[in-house]
Amino acid sequence: MSESATPGHDPLAQGGAGPARPGRLVLWLLAVVVLAWLFFAQWPDWLNAILISKKAFLSAVLNGLTLAGLYFLVASGFTLVFGLMRNVNLAHGTLYLLGAYVGYEVGTRTGYWLLGAAAGFVVLALVGLIMQVLVFRRLEGDDLRQTLVTIGISIVGADLMLAAWGGTTYQFILPDWLDGSIKLPFITAFRSNGAAVYLTYPFYRLMVLVLAIAIGIGLWLMLNRTRIGMMIRAGVDDRDMLAATGKNVHLVFAVVFAMGAGLAGLAGVVGGSALSVAPGEDVRYLLASLVVVIVGGMGSVTGAAIGALIIGLAEQIGLVYFPTYGVVLTFVILVVTLSLRPQGLMGRPA
Amino acid sequence: MSVGAAESVSAGATARAGEFFTPAHAILGLLLLAYPAVASDFFLTQIGGYSLILGMIALSLMVLAGYGGMVSLAQVTIAGAAGYVVAIFGQNNSGVYGFDWPWWIVTPLAILIASLLSAVFGWIAVRTEGIYTIMITLAIATACFYFTQQNYALFNGFPGYTGLRAPEVLGVYWRDPVPFYYLCLANAAVAYFAVLYGGKSTFGLTLQAIRDNPRRMRAIGYDVTAHKVFAWWLTGLIAGAAGVLLVWFNGRISPGTIAVGPAINILIIAVIGGQRHPIGPFIGAAVVVIIQTFAIDLVGAQRFNTLIGLFFLVIVFVSPDGILGLWDRFRPRTSRDGWNSGSQGAGL
Repeated sequence: MSESATPGHDPLAQGGAGPARPGRLVLWLLAVVVLAWLFFAQWPDWLNAILISKKAFLSAVLNGLTLAGLYFLVASGFTLVFGLMRNVNLAHGTLYLLGAYVGYEVGTRTGYWLLGAAAGFVVLALVGLIMQVLVFRRLEGDDLRQTLVTIGISIVGADLMLAAWGGTTYQFILPDWLDGSIKLPFITAFRSNGAAVYLTYPFYRLMVLVLAIAIGIGLWLMLNRTRIGMMIRAGVDDRDMLAATGKNVHLVFAVVFAMGAGLAGLAGVVGGSALSVAPGEDVRYLLASLVVVIVGGMGSVTGAAIGALIIGLAEQIGLVYFPTYGVVLTFVILVVTLSLRPQGLMGRPA
Repeated sequence: MSVGAAESVSAGATARAGEFFTPAHAILGLLLLAYPAVASDFFLTQIGGYSLILGMIALSLMVLAGYGGMVSLAQVTIAGAAGYVVAIFGQNNSGVYGFDWPWWIVTPLAILIASLLSAVFGWIAVRTEGIYTIMITLAIATACFYFTQQNYALFNGFPGYTGLRAPEVLGVYWRDPVPFYYLCLANAAVAYFAVLYGGKSTFGLTLQAIRDNPRRMRAIGYDVTAHKVFAWWLTGLIAGAAGVLLVWFNGRISPGTIAVGPAINILIIAVIGGQRHPIGPFIGAAVVVIIQTFAIDLVGAQRFNTLIGLFFLVIVFVSPDGILGLWDRFRPRTSRDGWNSGSQGAGL
């Protein structure tokens, strides 16, 4: 009949990341030096001409980093649930938005933003638990039906949230200790009298980044240093064998799903405070999670971090330098990743 | 399970001609042809024509999912691409582009571009399998939606294009209720019989074999990727034709037409209708359109999405094969071979 597939497409043919070679190390060091120079040095005029201004560039990079932190919060739960249960939870964006609304209600009623964030996590973790027990456990091993059910849930959920909270945009009120902006040690320009102008940046956004890094480290520790983490990793690799060794798989599933949903809810509060809460955000963050997880590799938390970094930076830098084609940049990254490494950057071949 | 669950293709290519002239087809055809005699203009276009258009888009999904094991959420994006081509090269009153080319150039061009776009989507999506395909195509559809919304140079951004008119050919304005209904019916019938034929053709059988076991087919020497991409291109033709009709029906195209909601709507239609037979998507489309139209009387103007969502959930829980599956369940089983009804193969 026809020619067989080209051998290059066989995912097994491509190994994992090889041992770090000296050449690669030099490249990395060079990249770090260039980045440090970009951040700290005073820019020559030609560079300012290319990249608009140092301030614009630095803001774009910082915005990209904080957005990456937010994306990581949303996508890490998504990727964990997917890796363990092979369950594409297309209602993940809905969980994000519900978390934001719950956090808003609790935060404004009690007056404590932190309480709102905690409520976002706890309530959504409970919702996730209920979803897992009532819905997904009944459809176990039936990937497509689970996915269809999550689509149904997202439709109903989005509509009910619209009924409850209306189409208006909500804005969180940040506590004083999170509000305001701080000066960063990056000189953007010099005044005529020689005084240096430092870059100022919203303190809260930096805190989002810090929180994302903290949660990332926490997740990594949990997955690699605790017993339940070991069970989760074993489940990602081979669910059936884990069950066969007598572990309570359903407990592991429930914990992971609750954690994933809770992280989405927390991300809702955190992200809603950085930006705003409105209908339609659910789709935006679902797309973000999808792209981040596809690029990073499904089921890998490290992959989610790398994917979030790439997508967050690409989105914000694209927004500054080619506004109408920013989405295309994200899309190109997706396509290039898929064509070079279909399983994602950190994913393992299925 | 459902979508790809091996519907027995064992009947094979033998009963090819007999398949088309069944009593059921004759009765259904007569009923559909006679429908304008009893239906009001509203029922003719808003229900009849619209169902047929959505049914065609869902049919393109059903072919990909049912025969190819690839569940795509980007079908409405492909239809929308055809719509944008009609708007850009044909006539619009948004003041952007509108080259005013004649319909007999614009329409084939629209369908061609849509099908090529479909092939590109397919080329991207076939790198993945099963559940991943849903994620990729959803990402593609959402990215396209945001792109058309942000881009004013080519797609005129949020407002999109308005004032798109169906052509007047042979002295008939094809957006008038009765001609438009027959136009939709003719297109749907062509697509339906093409799928019916294609499913039993050599290509269709190969595609289904690839769905059931891509590795084995690759080992035999088939180019799995090429077959899948070709299937995407073919379904792009159906979706593209539906897209042209949709744009004539609405008279406008905007990012809202290709948003995530409509994309999921198509999946709902395909799932509710069932994946076993090309008639499924049309049944699903009729059911969904009727619910959408009359839910306002039942649950008020706002909450019909909840109703659709709940109905969808019930169908997914009760009958994985949609309404056709319900029919199958209560019918005495004759030709289902027991060893082949499992969910092996593509897993979708």
